[in-house]
Amino acid sequence: MPTVEFKGKTFEVDEDGFLLGGLDAWCQEWVEYVKQLEGIEELTEEHWKVIKVLQDYYKKNGVAPMVRVLSKVTGFPLKKIYELFPSGPGKGACKMAGLPKPTGCV
Amino acid sequence: MAKLPKPEELFDSIDWTPPETDWMDTPVEFQPGRWCYPAKKKVVEDLGFPNPREWSPADEDWKIPSNWREIVLEGMKERLEKYRSFKLFMDICVRCGACADKCHYFLGSGDPKNMPVLRAELMRSIYKGEFTLPGKIFGRLAGARKLTEEVIKEWFYYYYQCSECRRCSVFCPYGIDTCEVTMMGRELLHLLGININWILEPVRNCVYIGNHLGLQPHTVKENIEYLCWDIEEVTGLKIQPSFNRKGAEILFVAPSGDYFADPGIYTFMGYLVLFEYLGLDYTLSTYASEGGNFGLFTSHEMMQKINAKIYHEAERLGVKFIIGGECGHMWRVKHQYMDTVNGPAPSNLEVPKSPITGTVFEHAKSTKMIHICEFTADLIAHGKLELDPSRNDKYVVTFHDSCNPSRGMGFFEEPRFILKHVCNNFYDMPENTIREKTFCCGSGSGLNTDEFMDMRMRGGLPRANAVEYVHKKHGVNMLACICAIDRAALSTLMQYWVPEVGVCGVHELVANALVFPDEKTGKKKRTLDLRQQPLKPEDEENV
Repeated sequence: MPTVEFKGKTFEVDEDGFLLGGLDAWCQEWVEYVKQLEGIEELTEEHWKVIKVLQDYYKKNGVAPMVRVLSKVTGFPLKKIYELFPSGPGKGACKMAGLPKPTGCV
Repeated sequence: MAKLPKPEELFDSIDWTPPETDWMDTPVEFQPGRWCYPAKKKVVEDLGFPNPREWSPADEDWKIPSNWREIVLEGMKERLEKYRSFKLFMDICVRCGACADKCHYFLGSGDPKNMPVLRAELMRSIYKGEFTLPGKIFGRLAGARKLTEEVIKEWFYYYYQCSECRRCSVFCPYGIDTCEVTMMGRELLHLLGININWILEPVRNCVYIGNHLGLQPHTVKENIEYLCWDIEEVTGLKIQPSFNRKGAEILFVAPSGDYFADPGIYTFMGYLVLFEYLGLDYTLSTYASEGGNFGLFTSHEMMQKINAKIYHEAERLGVKFIIGGECGHMWRVKHQYMDTVNGPAPSNLEVPKSPITGTVFEHAKSTKMIHICEFTADLIAHGKLELDPSRNDKYVVTFHDSCNPSRGMGFFEEPRFILKHVCNNFYDMPENTIREKTFCCGSGSGLNTDEFMDMRMRGGLPRANAVEYVHKKHGVNMLACICAIDRAALSTLMQYWVPEVGVCGVHELVANALVFPDEKTGKKKRTLDLRQQPLKPEDEENV
């Protein structure tokens, strides 16, 4: 699998650039790496709120939440999530939070 | 991931001119966006499949076992003996060409190896060269060739550019079913550890956790409770479905996409609203929590294993019969394999009988399982539902026949019958693109993954083209379907080719139109649809 290097850290990623090591490999540098990748100018508390909700949910459930659940828990409508993460809740927010890509009829 | 060209660019790039060289002399070239990522090593290990390793189709060396030739030929021999259809389809093609332009992937790519005749020939030529006397003696003159590593790579490319939709078989005068050839191709590739992650990870999740998406029991329950809160916001109904409840009359099984992803979640809400209206004695299961079956796209054995959970759960809970949701390939498994590979059905199951109308579904005597559209169409036919189709007036609707319910079980009328009762504006697409001649969404058989997007948009073009026709002619703006892959894949397809058209399930529209007694008396008024959008223009101000 490919690896990416960023600020002295090496990350193993899948074909679409999702972090392979899961939450154990997740760290501040990874967040900064994805921030740059996503073209996000500045990380705000709102970004961190989304990341935290995603990670807490993942620890409890082993999967990313339904978009609807993410919206309800953060209080951010989908449009707002797209403003925060231009690639959307899956490819942007989940990637930054270190969650794997969802598969199936989605 | 390959960058997807703009629709005009993609359209202009379609070229049906065949290459100068004979097909056997034309090597396979892997184009970006037209092949899927391999299954992760861990997933292959978990499933106990052969040869788990890290590899990529983009590499020269696919790291297959050194005795790969023996493995494939032995696998082919075994399957030629086991499946009469496979041997028959290898023997009988007369190359009339009736199938050639019927494949959506050929129409959208112009690649001649996507003509069903040639797709099958990729396998048939090996059959001839390795298993028949004329082929062994006359070689290429008899259409035969030898099995090489190049052939294996070609199989991988083209057997994962077939969505097993079976449209070609409708036109074949001999009834050759290329889908079954593709199934054999995929099974043989599995023997070498060649497979795709988008299929195998859901299979792994289904086997270990219960459904394709890997939703654990508490997550299944929580997701559905979230949907119930949304229903309450729209209808005021407090729905509390039961889970794993012993003694319920009916077990309801839906594809897991319906309680996870948009727009499937609205279809799921639709089921729940209908059941609430009827006061149905049903239960959901967190064990049999997947109607879909990516095992069908993997191997016969895996399809059987995944499917078995539904009867197990029906037996454990002691239900009388099973209703299945709007899922496509699920119904091919139920209709054609379930009661033979996993039957006979547990003895507590009875021939499905609607508790509302008393209708006995004789055709499901053996499987004990009916499609929710059959159930609902029967309710409507008996006048058991109070419906206000004007609630769906903002939609001009057409219907996409999903490949498996249509060609796999002849299921054409029930969804249309329902739609015509719950909407005022319904228009079918042209005759040669619907019912048994329906065009695939371009992403079926487990190919609905992002890295395959170029081929998905190409393969979906014939379907999108027919939608565009009714969009322009009748103003169609909603494409209804009864399949979870469709709901996800057609949304992307419409966004690309016909962005004016949305996608929904049939039961979403049923629930919008369903008038509850309190609404009839005027005690309550519904102003929102299940998507929490105004039902009618005049409701805008009330929202």
